[in-house]
Amino acid sequence: MNTVANPKIVMQAKGLVKRYGHVTALDGVDFELREGEILAVIGDNGAGKSSLIKALSGATIPDEGEILLDGAPVHFRNPLDARRAGIETVYQDLAVAPAMTIYENLFLGRELRRPGFLGNVLRMLDKKKMLHESAARMADLKVGIQSMTQAVETLSGGQRQCVAVARSAAFARHVVIMDEPTAALGVKEGNMVLELIRRVRDRGLPVVLISHNMPHVFEVADRIHVARLGKRAAVLNPKNISMSDTVAVMTGAMTADQLPAEAHA
Amino acid sequence: MAKSPRHHIPWGALGPWLALLGACIFFATQSDRFLTGGNLSLIMQQVMVVGVIAIGQTLIILTAGIDLSCGMVMALGSIIMSKFATELGLPVPVAILCGVGVTTLFGLVNGLLVTRIKLPPFIVTLGTLNIAFAITQLYSSSQTITDLPAGLTGLGSTFAVGGAEVAWGAVLMLVLYALAWFVLRETAAGRHIYAVGNNAEATRLVGIPTQRVLLGVYVAAGALYGIASLLSVARTGVGDPNAGQTENLDAITAVVLGGTSLFGGRGVVLGSLIGVLIVGVFRNGLTLMGVSSIYQVLVTGVLVILAVAADQLSRRGAR
Amino acid sequence: MFSSRSILAMAAMSLAASSAAFAADQPVIGLVTKTETNPFFVKMKEGAQEEAKKLGAKLLSGSGKADGDNAGQITAMENMIAAGAKTILITPSDAKAIVPAIKKARDKGVMVIALDSPADPPDATDALFATNNYTAGVLIGEYAKAAMAGKTPKIVALDLLPGHPVGAQRHNGFMKGFGLPANDAKSNELSKAPEIVCMADSFGDQAKAQTAMENCLQKAPEVNLVYTINEPAAAGAYNALKRAGKEKGVMIVSVDGGCQGIKDTNAGIIAATSQQYPLKMAAMGVAAGVEFAKTGKKASGYVDTGVTLIAGKSVAGVDSKDTKTGAELCWGKK
Repeated sequence: MNTVANPKIVMQAKGLVKRYGHVTALDGVDFELREGEILAVIGDNGAGKSSLIKALSGATIPDEGEILLDGAPVHFRNPLDARRAGIETVYQDLAVAPAMTIYENLFLGRELRRPGFLGNVLRMLDKKKMLHESAARMADLKVGIQSMTQAVETLSGGQRQCVAVARSAAFARHVVIMDEPTAALGVKEGNMVLELIRRVRDRGLPVVLISHNMPHVFEVADRIHVARLGKRAAVLNPKNISMSDTVAVMTGAMTADQLPAEAHA
Repeated sequence: MAKSPRHHIPWGALGPWLALLGACIFFATQSDRFLTGGNLSLIMQQVMVVGVIAIGQTLIILTAGIDLSCGMVMALGSIIMSKFATELGLPVPVAILCGVGVTTLFGLVNGLLVTRIKLPPFIVTLGTLNIAFAITQLYSSSQTITDLPAGLTGLGSTFAVGGAEVAWGAVLMLVLYALAWFVLRETAAGRHIYAVGNNAEATRLVGIPTQRVLLGVYVAAGALYGIASLLSVARTGVGDPNAGQTENLDAITAVVLGGTSLFGGRGVVLGSLIGVLIVGVFRNGLTLMGVSSIYQVLVTGVLVILAVAADQLSRRGAR
Repeated sequence: MFSSRSILAMAAMSLAASSAAFAADQPVIGLVTKTETNPFFVKMKEGAQEEAKKLGAKLLSGSGKADGDNAGQITAMENMIAAGAKTILITPSDAKAIVPAIKKARDKGVMVIALDSPADPPDATDALFATNNYTAGVLIGEYAKAAMAGKTPKIVALDLLPGHPVGAQRHNGFMKGFGLPANDAKSNELSKAPEIVCMADSFGDQAKAQTAMENCLQKAPEVNLVYTINEPAAAGAYNALKRAGKEKGVMIVSVDGGCQGIKDTNAGIIAATSQQYPLKMAAMGVAAGVEFAKTGKKASGYVDTGVTLIAGKSVAGVDSKDTKTGAELCWGKK
C-alpha cells in the first residue's frame, strides 16, 4: 500500500463526462490510479463504473474531460489505442478462443514470428518460442497449469480466468484493468484468482479492479473508488472502514464527509 | 479440475482417415480392380474439382460461415474462360485470368455483404448462388462450349508415375491443399481464421482486424473456385453451364465429413481432402460392385451423421 | 341530332372497343417445360416462340426448377391460366403427379397438350405430340447389333437416373432393338442382361457421365459398346474412353439429335444417334392452340413427331440417314 506523501500517479482522469441521449452516465467523474496498487472500483448499477472503465480502456470516447497517463494527456479512439499505450483489459467474458491452446490465446493478435526468411517471407510462427514464453509467464505468476498446449476449453473457470489475467499481465506496460474477475467462480477458484491479482501488482503493474464482491474487494484492494451517480463519491481505505459503511457510501445512505478522516485514502 | 489432455485421443480428427481406410479395405475385398494404381489415380482426378472447391469452403466454414454459391460460381468461371478463349479469341492465359478474376469478384461481393452490410453468410451466398447461375445460363445461352484450345485443358493431361496416369490437375489440387494446410497451421493469418470462427468478439477485443480476416477468406475462396473452374474445363474438355449444381452441397459434405465443425473454429483442411476422397471412393467402389447410385447417396448421408456425431462425442469426452 | 363532337367520340370509342376486342382475340398459349436449362427445352421454347410470332399468338413460358419438380410445373401452369392462357403445352416432369392439376385446368375449359412424353394415363391430356423414346432406343439398338457384326457384345449402359420413365424407355428400347431381353415400353425398370458388363447413372450430365464411364472402364475394360441416355452423356463417355486410349475400339450410341451431337456423330465420336424434333413438337402445339382459340376445335390423339436414326456410317439391313441430313434437321446452335 502506498503511504508515501506524494504517491506516483500512473493514470488520472479529470471531469469525464459521457452522455447517451438523455442519460448522463459520467457526470464529471475524477479518477486516480497510483503506482503499485490495486484500486477497486465499486458502485451500484447505473453508478457509472462501467462507463468509467470503458473510457479508460478506450472502448468509448468521453464527451468532456481528460485522461492522463503518466502525467501526459492521452486520447483513445478505440481499445487498440489503449492497448498500444500499455493498458490491458481483462474483459468479463475473457475474450479467449476456447478451442485454441493456452499459448495461442496468450499471444492472440501478437503472435511471434520466426526470425529471418521463414518468419519474414513465409510468415511462419515461432511456436516453440511462444510456448516457452507462455510457460515462463505463467510460472512467473505462479499459475499452476502444466501444459501450454491444452485447449482453453479444457480448463476450469478459474484456470481460464488465470489465463486471461496472465495474458494482460504479460503485455501490459502501465495498467491492468479487470472487469469482475471473480464473478461466477467458486470459493477456491476465486481465491486462486485473487492471489494472481496480488502477484500482478507485486510485479509492478497497478490494477484497476471492478467488482461487486465486497469480501474479495476488501481482501485485495489497497484503495476503493466508490462510483455513484456518475461521479466519484469517495476513495476509501479498506483497512480503516467497514464493509457495511462502504456499501452505505455506495448506495448513498452515507456521504463521504460523514466518514472519519482515516477512512479516506 | 480438468482431465489431463495427454490421454485424449482425437477421434474427431482420426475419424475421417479411419472411414477412408475402412472404405478402401472394403472395396479392395469386393473388387480386385479397386486397389490398382490406375484406379486410385482415377479417383484423384474425379475428385479434383470438388476437392479444390472444398478448400475454399473449409476456410469459410472455419470462420463459422458457409458458402452456398461455390459450385455455381465455379460454373460461371468455366463459362467465362471457355467463351473468352473461343468466341472472343483471347489468349488462353488471359482467358484463364478473366475466369479466375470473375470468381474472385464474386468472392469479394460475398465478403463485402457479410462484413460491411453484416448479412448472414447463408443468406448472402444463397443470393449470389442464384445470381451466378442466372449469369452463367444467360451468357452461355444454356449451350455447352466446345472445341477449346489445348492450353485451356492442359491440366487434364496426365503423366506416368510407375504404371499409373496422374493428372496435373490432381497434383495442383494436392499442392493447394499443402499450401492451405501450411497457412492455417503455421502463420498468424491462418490462426486468426480459427480465432475468428471460434470467438469473433474475442478477436475484436484483442485487436485482430476481424472484418479483414473474413473478407480475405471469402476472396481467397473465390479465387480457389476459379482454379476449380479451370480444373473442371480441363477434365471434361468443355465449358458446361450446367456444371457445378451438385458441387455446392458436395463441397460442404466433404468439409463436414473431414471433421470441420460447421460452428467454426475447429477443423483441419486436410480433413476436407479425406472427405472428398471418401465420396469418390464410394462412388467408384459401388460402380465396380455394380451397385445402384442410390446407395451411394444413402452412404453419404449416413457418413455425414457419423462424422458430426464422432466429432461431438470426442469433444465431450475431453471436458 | 348527333353533334359532330359526339359522332367523333362514338367513332373513337368503337375503334377502341374493336381494338380491345382484337387484342382479346390474340390466342394466349402457355408452354411448361421440365427445366429452363436443358438445351432440348431451350430449343422447344424457341420453336414455340417462332411459331407463335408467325401465327400472331402470345406465348407464355415457364418450367420447374429441375427434372422431377412437379410442384414448380403446377405453379407455372396456374399462373399462365390466370394470365389468360387457353392452351397449355407441357412436358410433364412427373407423369402421374401432374394429372390432378391438368384435370383442374381442363375443367376450366383450357386445352392441355402433352409434349415429348405422355402424362399417366395418357388420356389425361387432350392430345400428345411426342417422340417415342422407346422407338428411339430400338433404332440405335438395331444399328448397334448390325454394326457389331457378330462380335460378342460387352455393353456399358450410361443411364439417366433410377426410376425415370424416359431413361427406362430409351434403355429398354435399346435392349429390344439389340435383341436382348427387354422390358416393354410401359416399364420404369431398366432391363439387365449378362452382355451388359456395367450400368451407371449419368444424370444426363457430361461430367458425371465421364466419371461413370471411367469407373465402368475400371470394372470392365473389355467394353466394346456404350449405350448413352443422351448426347452430353455420350461426350462424357468419349472423354473417358479417349483418356484410357480406348476410343477407337468402342462404339457409342445415343439419343437426341441436337446439333452438337450430330457434329459429334460426324466426327465419329458417336456412331449413331436417334434424332428427335423438339421444335416440331412445340410448333405443332402452338398451331393447335391457335386453332383452338379461333375455332374452338381441340386437338386430340397421339401424334408421333418422329424419330430418325442418324448414323455416321450406314450398315446393311438398318435404315438410317446421314449426318448431312441430320445437320439440316438438328436442334441447337447450328
